[in-house]
Order: sequence, then structure tokens, then C-alpha cells
Amino acid sequence: MVMFWVSVLAISILLYVLLDGVDLGVGLLFGLANSEAKRGGMLSAVAPIWDGNETWLVVTAVILWGAFPVVFATLLSALYLPVIAMLLGLILRGVAFEFRYKTHRLRWIWDFSFAGGSLIATFMQGLMVGALVEGLQFTNGEYSGGEVGWLTPFAVLCGIGLCLGYALLGACWLAKKCDADVREVAHRQIPVLAVGVLAFLVLVFAYALAEHLPILHRWIDRPYLFVFPAIGSVAATVLAFSILRHNDHWPFYMVALIFVSAFGTLAFSFWPYMIPFAITIDEAASPRSSLEFMFWGCGVVVFPLMLLYTVISYSVFRGKVRAASGYEHH
Amino acid sequence: MDMTALLLSRIQFAFTITFHIIFPSFTIGLAAWLTILEALHLGTGRPAYRVIFEFWLKIFGVAFGMGVVSGIVMAFQLGTNWSVLSRMSGPIQGPLLMYETFTAFMLEATFFGVLIFGRSRVPPWFYFFSTAMVALGTTFSAFWIMVNNSWMQVPSGYVLEKGVFVPNDWSKILFNSVVWSRFPHMLLASYLTGAFCVAATGAWYMLRRVYHAESRIMLRMGLGLAAVLMPIQLFFGHLNGIYVNTYQPSKMAAIEGRWNDEKPGSEVLFAWPDVKNRRNLFAIALPPPFGSLIDSDSLTAAETGLNSIPPENWPPVVIPFFAFRIMVGCGLVMLGLAWLGSYLSFRHRLAYIRPLLWLTFLSFPLPFIAIITGWFTAEVGRQPWVVFGVLRTAEAMTPFLTAREATISLAIFCSVYAFIFLFGTFYIYRLIRTGPARQPFEVSHIVVPNRPMSLADEEPIQVPSPVGARE
Repeated sequence: MVMFWVSVLAISILLYVLLDGVDLGVGLLFGLANSEAKRGGMLSAVAPIWDGNETWLVVTAVILWGAFPVVFATLLSALYLPVIAMLLGLILRGVAFEFRYKTHRLRWIWDFSFAGGSLIATFMQGLMVGALVEGLQFTNGEYSGGEVGWLTPFAVLCGIGLCLGYALLGACWLAKKCDADVREVAHRQIPVLAVGVLAFLVLVFAYALAEHLPILHRWIDRPYLFVFPAIGSVAATVLAFSILRHNDHWPFYMVALIFVSAFGTLAFSFWPYMIPFAITIDEAASPRSSLEFMFWGCGVVVFPLMLLYTVISYSVFRGKVRAASGYEHH
Repeated sequence: MDMTALLLSRIQFAFTITFHIIFPSFTIGLAAWLTILEALHLGTGRPAYRVIFEFWLKIFGVAFGMGVVSGIVMAFQLGTNWSVLSRMSGPIQGPLLMYETFTAFMLEATFFGVLIFGRSRVPPWFYFFSTAMVALGTTFSAFWIMVNNSWMQVPSGYVLEKGVFVPNDWSKILFNSVVWSRFPHMLLASYLTGAFCVAATGAWYMLRRVYHAESRIMLRMGLGLAAVLMPIQLFFGHLNGIYVNTYQPSKMAAIEGRWNDEKPGSEVLFAWPDVKNRRNLFAIALPPPFGSLIDSDSLTAAETGLNSIPPENWPPVVIPFFAFRIMVGCGLVMLGLAWLGSYLSFRHRLAYIRPLLWLTFLSFPLPFIAIITGWFTAEVGRQPWVVFGVLRTAEAMTPFLTAREATISLAIFCSVYAFIFLFGTFYIYRLIRTGPARQPFEVSHIVVPNRPMSLADEEPIQVPSPVGARE
């Protein structure tokens, strides 16, 4: 039962990162777009999916609370300010998306909120992952790192890294979904961002070597973990070729694969800890009566339906967004 | 434990949840109203019903979106500010919230999509069915939330093991008399909110002499529904009083401003509770046994006073005392308006009595005020407990939270919410002022189920058609 909920949690987090990573990334690039036509095109590439994507964050949160309440309570309270800032970013981003089409005069406010909200949310997510990897300070199972225990150079580096990563994911999505200007710009951005992400990974690795992060020891103990970076580097190679060929579709899938391998790397390096080196999965799990109550309704019925719904909505939304046709009804 | 951080966290929770409840209570009511309209349209074929339906569907979309956005914060906040509570009660409250989230998702993902994608693609009965399912979905959402909150009011079906609430009887948690008097009370409150907003809109159009047919329907149906529902609501309110009196005597004593044990009890109608000296100033009271009659359905029952409860277990008396009276006051004004308005509307005279139209128009805040003050009564009255009788609010807070962190987050929430709320409210106001479009409404662009607010866009967003659907 615990394993079931760990898997559901892992799927939800991974889906969140991949799916919302796309529209947060588009939000980041949105700040760089210099014309209304481009901005409109970029928004249309994520309009039907952003809210559904964000749902996975809420799903992740409620699974954590119901199935692993200790982790929910510990993480959110230890990362107080980053969590609040992330929520603020997500609220601004979401509302801006809806409200910008309801006004002309004040549109710039919502455009600013959209890009700014995406930036804050992404940076905070990266920061939090970085802080977790580096290890928060715990005394007797309770967080004792203080107000800004999460604020370290490594965490900031991860925040910037995730911004680059999401932006790359977003650019690949734009190349895949859009045409004309937006696609051209995306194709110019992809190589720059890809190099940036690569540089980030090298930096992280160097930092880890220099600081002897606890994670590194796990790698020496578990050589099979190298399978994930191997997948990642294959994906990176294919990505490089597809960039050279100006392919619209391959970059997206390859970047997604790189994200999956990074996620796998992290998840399996932490195993069996949920909060690295402080709380294990079994320690964190809810009592059996709770897990079973969730299993028979949400677990076996609704969760598969949600996955199915996600697949259907993406297949309905396949193909290129037609940039000019949206206004034909006016 | 930082007492300032505790106070700020409580203010933050109160602020964000007060902001949030406005939208769900409105949309639960609107969903039910939309279902009635669609049934009438299906039954009579009158086009006016459809025009009104489409008008309110747009408003539903915006309010629903605002509710979703403001709701996300709630779940996270329990972890950030109330980590002890969320760790201890996670095994019970977590699964309940999960059911709520998943129910909401199913509603949003499936049937709401049908409502938005338009009538042209599905048979009329299925369109009606989808409307009813959306209403059912919002009802389920409310159900899970009420179960969750009722567990905090009167915890049951659990054992406390190693500092964690372990559920051992889910049927007790889901099906107990507390849930089943509070859930209908909230549901009816939402229906009344919908009814009064509809009636007020009808009155507004009538005062402006626009949308004659639609405004008559809105006014008559809104007031009529309220006239029927209001007495039922008073009855469920009374049932709630019985549960409070049985399980939470400290809350009841605060609501009633009752200091000494009385047998039978008197009933304070109005007073200024002087907490320091444990007495009521300027009291206007009904003599015994009215208090026992109202609180216990009995002429002789003994009623507990605050003096026989240790002061460290008292709620802040003044807030539940006044919040309760404001709620009841709003309810009685709504009852009067609904009955008088319905009677006059039945006699076809309402349209000529402009002062009453003005009153109806201006009555739309009443149900919101009643809901908010009702929740203040329930939640502040539960203090100093977060889980009544078991876990104190002060002990539920994140132990290492500082006043500085709490100040920053509260400031952020207040400013962002104020900004969003102003714009959202202004937008709903603009939609209502413009009024229903006369020609049957066709979605001129592809709106997607996950973006309820896009229904009301002025300018379409460009997205590709679903395969084979249009062109």
C-alpha cells in the first residue's frame, strides 16, 4: 500500500514538472517576446493546458498530506518563504492568463504578472529542490535551520538552473506547437538554453565534488544509478543533432527525457528517504486505515481516470497552433 | 512559540479562507440555479430561460476560476503555518481533502467541458444531465470540506497513537449527525446566495428598465426560491445550535452571552458582553425558559454558562456573540424580503414598488455577510481549540515559525488578493451590468474546460480546433 502511494506520488510530481515546466517555461520566454503577435502566439500554445498542468501540483500536495503527512508538514514549514513565494507566483501567473484577455488598457500589468509570476514560481521550485539535495538541517526529526536555512549558493544555483531548464522545455514546446515568428525565435533560443542547462549541470557536479554533498556518497554505493545520467546523455546527444537539423519535434521529447532522467536520478539517490537523510518513506507513511480509504476511491478509480483525461486532452490539442486563424470570428 | 507569529498566522488563515469562501458559496448556488433553468428550458422551451442560462454560465465561469485560484493556497497553508496540525491530522484530513480535490477535478474535467463546448454537440437531455452533474460535483466538493471541518469541530472515529490521529472508523467520520446538520446548512446558504444574487440582478434591470422578460424571471424565481429555502435554512440553523450545545458548550455559552449556569436558561437578544467583569452590559433578554427552548428544545433543560468553564478554554466571547447575531439578522431580513417580494410578485405588483426593488437590489451582500459571519461563529467559537477538546490552536502552529516570516506572508497574501479581488469583482460587475445577450449564444472560439474564465473573454485566444470538431 505504501509502495502504491509512493508510485502515485512520483507520477504526479514527474507529470507536474514536465507539464507545468512547459508553461512556466513559456512564461519565462514570454517576458522576452517583443510584440503582441508573438505574445499571443506563445499564450495560445499553452492556453488549453496550463490549468490542467497546475492541477498536478495540487494533486501532489494532497497525496503528500494524505499519504505522507510528516513530509507534507515538515517540508512546507521548513521551506516557508519559498513555498509562499511560489504560490504567489502561481496565483499571479494563473490569474494573469485569464485577465489579460479581459482588458486592453491594463494588459501590460497582466503581461508583467504572467512573466514575473512564472519566474518567481520556477526559481522557488529549483531553490527548494536544491535545498533538499544539499540537505536541510534537522534536530530530532524537526527542522532547525531557521528562517533562511534553505538559502545557500547551491540552492540559488539550482533555482537558476531550473529557470534555464523550464525555459528550454518551453522553447522546445513553442517550436513544436507554433509556426512563423514564434517558432523562429524558439529555434534560436533552444541552443543557447541547451548550452546553459549543460553548463549548469557541469557546475552542479563540480560543486557537489567540491562540497562532498551526501548525495555523492550514495552514488558510490549504488553504481546502477548511473543508468539515469546515461539516458540523459544519450538524450542530450540526440537533442544536439535535432537542433542542428532544425527539427520541430525531437528537441521537446529529448528535453523531456533529460528531465525524466534527472528526476529518476534524484528520486533513486534519495531512496528510501523522502526528506534526504532525515525521514524515510516508511516513517512518513500514514496509517494503513488512511492509505486504504484513499486507495479504494481516489487510488484505483479517480487517479487512472485523471491520467486518461490528461492523455485525451493532449491528443485533442495535438498539432500546430494556427497563429492567425483565431481572430476570424470577429 | 512566538505569540505574534501565532496571531499573524491566525489572521492570515482567517483572511485567505474568508476570501475563498465567497466564491464557492456563490458557485454552488449558481450551479443549482443553472440546473433549474436548464430543466425549465427543457420543459417549456421558452427561449428566455436559455438566454438567462447562458448569461449566468459566464458569471459562473469567472467565479469558479476565482474559487479555484484562491483554493490552492488553503491546502498549502495548513503545511506552512500549521505543521503540527497537518502532521497529526494528516491521516484523517488529508484523505478527505484528497477526495475533495479529485472530485473537483472530475467535475472540471468532464461535465463542465460539456457545458462550455456548447449545446450543438450533445443532445439536450445530456446537456441538462451535465449541468446537473456540475451541480452535483460542487455539492460533493462542499460535502468533503464540511466533513473535514466537522471533524475539527467534533472529532470522532479516531484513536490518538504516538501523537497522530489514526482513523479507525471512517463511517463515523463521514456519517454523523454533526456533518449532516452542518452540510445542509452550508448547502442551503449557498443556494440562498445564488437566489439573492439572481433576484438582485433582476431588480437592478427592472430599476433600469432593461431586459424586461429576463428580469421578471430572475426576480420572481430568485425571491421565490429564497422564500421557500429560508425557513428550511432556519430549521437547519437550529439543528446546528443543538449540536453546538451538545458538543461545544463553550461555544454556545459565548454565542448566547451566558455567564452563569441556568436551569432553565434565559435568552439574551442583544447586549455588550463585558468579558473582564463577566457580565453583559445593556442586555435585552427574554426570560427563562426561552434560552432552553431555543438551545435544547426543552422547557426545563440546564444551560451551561462560561463561569463553569475554565477561562483558558473560552473562545474570544465577543466575536462569536456578534457574528452570530449578524448572521441571524441577515437571515431574518432575507426572509422578510423574500416573503414580501414573492407575495407582491405573485400579485404582479412588485415591478411598481421601486423602494422594494431597490431593497432587493441592495440585498445581494446579505447572504455573503451571513455566510462569513456564520463561519466566524463556528471557527472563532471553536477556539482555543483547532481540533475541539484535543488539540489547541497554539500547539498546532509550526513551532519554529517567526513573526517576521508570518508578517511577510500575510503582507503578500493581503496585497495580491486585494489586487486580484478588485479586478475579479469589477469584472463580474461589468458582466452583470452588461446583461444577457439576446441572441442565442454560440461559442465563437474554442474554450476549454480547464479555463472556465475564458467563457467570458472579449477576444478569443487562438487555439486549434479539436480534430474534426469545427470548420
